Amino acid sequence: MSAVIFAIDPLLEGDVLWTPLLIVLVKVLLVFVVGLVATMLMVWFERKVIAGMQNRVGPNKAGPWGILQTLADGIKLFFKEDLIPERSDRFMFRLAPYLALVPAFLAFAIIPLGGDFRDGKGGLVTLFGHQTRLQLADPPVGVLFALAISSIAVYGIMLAGWSSGSKYPLLGAVRASAQMVSYEAALGLSLGAVLLVSGTLSTAGIVNLQSSIGNWNIVATGFVPFVIFLIAATAELNRPPFDLVEAEQELVGGFNTEYSSIRFALFFLAEFMNTVTMSALIVTLFFGGPQPIAIGNTTLDIPFIPNAIEGTVWLLLKVLVFLYVYVWFRATLPRFRYDQLMDLGWKILIPGSLGWFMLLAAQRVGRDAGWDQMVVTLVTALVLIAGYGLLLAAQHVSRVNREKDGASF
Amino acid sequence: MFSLAEPTSTWYLVLSAVLFGIGTIGVMVRRNPLIMFMCIELMLNAVNLSFVALSSQIANIDGQVVVFFVLVVAAAEVVVGLGIIVSIMRRRTTLTVDDMSGLKG
Amino acid sequence: MELFVFVVAAAMVLIGALGVVTRSNPVHAAMSLVLTLFGIAVMFVSHNAHFLAAVQVIVYAGAIVVLFLFVIMLLGVDKAEDLSVEPITNQRPLAVIIGVGISAIVIAAIVTSRSGLGPSGKGVNETTLESPDANIRQLARVIFSDNVFAFELTSVLLLVAVIGTVVMARKTKSVGTGK
Repeated sequence: MSAVIFAIDPLLEGDVLWTPLLIVLVKVLLVFVVGLVATMLMVWFERKVIAGMQNRVGPNKAGPWGILQTLADGIKLFFKEDLIPERSDRFMFRLAPYLALVPAFLAFAIIPLGGDFRDGKGGLVTLFGHQTRLQLADPPVGVLFALAISSIAVYGIMLAGWSSGSKYPLLGAVRASAQMVSYEAALGLSLGAVLLVSGTLSTAGIVNLQSSIGNWNIVATGFVPFVIFLIAATAELNRPPFDLVEAEQELVGGFNTEYSSIRFALFFLAEFMNTVTMSALIVTLFFGGPQPIAIGNTTLDIPFIPNAIEGTVWLLLKVLVFLYVYVWFRATLPRFRYDQLMDLGWKILIPGSLGWFMLLAAQRVGRDAGWDQMVVTLVTALVLIAGYGLLLAAQHVSRVNREKDGASF
Repeated sequence: MFSLAEPTSTWYLVLSAVLFGIGTIGVMVRRNPLIMFMCIELMLNAVNLSFVALSSQIANIDGQVVVFFVLVVAAAEVVVGLGIIVSIMRRRTTLTVDDMSGLKG
Repeated sequence: MELFVFVVAAAMVLIGALGVVTRSNPVHAAMSLVLTLFGIAVMFVSHNAHFLAAVQVIVYAGAIVVLFLFVIMLLGVDKAEDLSVEPITNQRPLAVIIGVGISAIVIAAIVTSRSGLGPSGKGVNETTLESPDANIRQLARVIFSDNVFAFELTSVLLLVAVIGTVVMARKTKSVGTGK
């Protein structure tokens, strides 16, 4: 019954001896440290890039190019006085930062951080005579784990806002819960498209199938799920333009207004950690993760580096692109209004991702049954367009009725 | 019966019975409809646990299928229940079931 | 190993369940419920029901309890309830007796009738290194073949629930202003 409880890893087959145990421990430590360092650098990167976009200099005092600025800020925050508001719920107030931080780190565990995926090796590397993957855990539910983690990430924000015993944080918390639950559906449905194409849930398996650009899931799923996933992920992260949770101009500081000192630093850390994790997840799902960029059979190979480590380099490069995209969003796009946010989520993203999922599923069924792909696609597209027309008509009728009898929600 | 080495499915079934009992007590004792709802969720979870435990005991996947459907129905039930509570709260200020004895809003 | 997992998960389940019943603040009760749900999810994993464990966390912890918290915060009923008053005389002792009685009867039934239940089905696939998603494949095959009508009916049920809730929660201005 207890064949596999924790993870699918050849390392843990048979008797668990000291060497595998040590390897796992080192992996845990490594993932933790990589997460922290990546977060630290991400904060610096964001401030530097956004400064560049706004014609400023940005941090430039601490260390070369101000690269140690985050460290300095962290130390400063650590030594600040830790305030707990008089009207707060003390236990929840203390608990909330950890509820925000722990999911951020957990989600990082299932990202393949490197490894050799060429020549059908499936990302396995040999360490001290043991085969393993360069990823902390590959649970049987794979990507669903990431979905589960992102769905419980909302607790930290909600409880922080509620337990502060103050109006603005509470408003931020209520906004957060509605926003994150709404976009979770679009996130899950666009993820479904990837799973449909890959036929596996394991992140290593998904990466393994994307050997060249033509096989990347962004092409295989037809681009739309990627766009929806990117938008929904931005909303899940509460990053601009979806940062209504901590809209400074409207809510003072949002859910973390009452927080100070190290507890505030934990929220800050969790937010940027989530950004890094989500970028890595996007790369894993749609852009081949640690696979090198390959067009057809020609692979762009970085010379002088072993293939396993080259994977890490490729992952880093691809993740950097998305981190830049997130900073770019923040510098360019104005914040959504709340009703616009809900309209986008419920009326465009969810029907869109559902429709695309049905299209992919119909093509899949058609391929298995040997039907003409063209006909299948056309018929499905027609059905979907008719469905969308019905949806629009329903929205129109509801708007007219609302104006007529003045219903309000 | 209770060997120390491996938990058998009896252990899980006993735990599920205890959980169900706690849920029942909660529904009978608490007066806040939201918490009564949570206690009903506890009871549903107790039943789910026993389904999964029995599913692996008698080596039949159907137990897990039932749990899947229970999860869906629980979601629907909570949505409707919370809708009712919200519409009741529009007319009243306190939230206890004792105040909801009249059928007329 | 499995004993350790069981003990920890059972402790989570029981502490959470007692928390739901005894905490006076609804938000604390909801968080206790989350603890119970996680304990149950861990037990699902140790029974090789990986998919159900994931769904349990996504649906229950990620959506249902968030909905609870949302309603609690939105309605402003997050004040601690006074639990020292007992509205009906002897209600609590009676409730405890009934609850413990139900548990005791069920436990007695479990312990006495256990011998008759042996493996009778086609088997539950275990997750192995070769087929990590064995459980999900098997579950999907059964849901979409033997139980496909039930599956479709649940989607109708969800639709009905959504529409019903919207109709119930919708308030018309004509009622509010007395037109």
